[in-house]
Amino acid sequence: MTSTALQQLYQQIILDHAKSRHGASAGELPPLPIVPASAVPAFNELRLAESHQVNTTCGDDVTVRVGVRGAGDDAVIEEFAWRGDGCSISMASASVLHDTVRGVSVGQARAMLDTYREMLRSRGTIEPDEEILGDAAAFSGVSRYPARVKCAMLAWVAFEAAVMPVAG
Amino acid sequence: MTLSAPSSTRATARPLTDEEVARIRNDFPILETRVNGHPLNYLDSGATSQNPVSVMEAEQEFYEQRNAAVHRGAHTLAFGATETFEAARATVAAFIGARTDEVVWTSNATEAINLVAYSLSNASLGLGGEAAKRFRLGAGDEIVVTEMEHHANLIPWQQLALRTGATLRFIPVQDDGTLDLAAAGTVIGARTRLLAFTHASNVVGTINPVAELVALARTVGALVLLDACQSVPHLPVDVAALDVDFAVFSGHKMLGPTGIGVLYGKTELLAGLPPFLTGGSMITTVDMHTAEFLAPPQRFEAGTQRISQAIALAAAVDYLTETGMERIMAREAELGNRLLVGLGDIPGVRVLGPGLGVERIGLASFDLVGVHAHDVGQYLDEAGIAVRVGHHCAQPLHRRLGVTASTRASTYLYTTTDEVDQFLATLREVAPFFGVRS
Repeated sequence: MTSTALQQLYQQIILDHAKSRHGASAGELPPLPIVPASAVPAFNELRLAESHQVNTTCGDDVTVRVGVRGAGDDAVIEEFAWRGDGCSISMASASVLHDTVRGVSVGQARAMLDTYREMLRSRGTIEPDEEILGDAAAFSGVSRYPARVKCAMLAWVAFEAAVMPVAG
Repeated sequence: MTLSAPSSTRATARPLTDEEVARIRNDFPILETRVNGHPLNYLDSGATSQNPVSVMEAEQEFYEQRNAAVHRGAHTLAFGATETFEAARATVAAFIGARTDEVVWTSNATEAINLVAYSLSNASLGLGGEAAKRFRLGAGDEIVVTEMEHHANLIPWQQLALRTGATLRFIPVQDDGTLDLAAAGTVIGARTRLLAFTHASNVVGTINPVAELVALARTVGALVLLDACQSVPHLPVDVAALDVDFAVFSGHKMLGPTGIGVLYGKTELLAGLPPFLTGGSMITTVDMHTAEFLAPPQRFEAGTQRISQAIALAAAVDYLTETGMERIMAREAELGNRLLVGLGDIPGVRVLGPGLGVERIGLASFDLVGVHAHDVGQYLDEAGIAVRVGHHCAQPLHRRLGVTASTRASTYLYTTTDEVDQFLATLREVAPFFGVRS
């Protein structure tokens, strides 16, 4: 009975990522090193930050941990780890996010985030920009299901909340 | 259609037949809706039920012919509106075995629970004088709930404990999803002042042993509040026979409109309880510094009331009464069993709560191993099947049963056996679609 609509929502790439979950940590992420608020980071020091986000509709949660080196838009996302519990859309989007932003600059990641968010909020009116989004373009079908946009955004919101303060 | 039989004959009541259900469905226009190209298969009545035409007509007829403020104004229209409004109260009271002045209108069951919690809180502040002394809570007092409560019957008590210094304790849930009654005997003790628990679980569908729990509360002199949201719509409930002090339920889960709920309270308790919301319509004499309050139920009904909703709820009660609550309960027991048997047959499905042979309302929640509830719900929705996914406002219970979220199919008097079967057949396709083997 599987409809085309469902197949467009749950593209194979999403089903695969939901199962393989790239970059996911099985247990708790190791505790962050404690850095005094007054400490001035040395130039080019790797700075760690994380954010925990919950989808209040269903209780799904994702914690994203990033390691950023450098400052501003040129800073590079060197490390990306995550753990979470949730539906296939939220878990696959975290897995794809891991593959997409690891090693790219904060400026590039910001552009991806904006494009991704715009696509998801478009209710199906915006064609995905595969050049900018890569595999994340596979989530374009989610935009036709407003109730699921939060699922696809969960890891990205956590990523944004973690990376923006440390990237400055 | 026969009128409802006395509750002693509950077990022998004849379930609604498929033919009767087919006729009932004609009264519910929304059931003709198509969703995603399929006929709507509405299995989410546990969240909110659908309205028969008679309920919608009652509301419309009130606005077309009798709309006026109640309990104020001396003109003919206002008098008629007041009479209809109070007749609705009498109808709802009779439906649950209460006296008419023991029924207080609220917006929903959540507000009804908060009404009790804040009235106890006000009593604890010293309001209500001598008559309210028995309701005062403080350090050393205990409020007892259960681990299976809907958040609506948990958070108001958490907050009351924070405001008064009382301690919140809970009766644990066992692995099979039933209450641990042995533990209840130790949790409920000399310090217990209030026991609040659900009559029927909105997640596992079991009917809790009210008599045993009330007996435990009585031995220590604690008040009892029953969350009847999932029982009053689905089985005959007699609050006087159950001997609870307070009971709450919502109109929209029993064929009525949203925006109307009920607090039942024993006459002598309501009489001593200070009000929660205050303002117009609940006073006798007012000066610039003090006010005297009306007797219950008006004391607890400040401001303009939900008049059309109360009248429409009475129409819903008439519909349920004419259909027969025993027959509805028997029908739902059949549907519940059909759900349980069918779910048990599907690889990878784990039903939350006890299996067959336990008295239940017609719902089942389950976990499909390897597929998140949201994905299950999405797949079913594509086939026109509406179910509830998530934690169903009962996070502690889900945590206790080892899941974050579940899928719930809940039936009502208009649910057909074909709908249950279509749901089960579609559910069978879900794990293969997501590439999960079990």
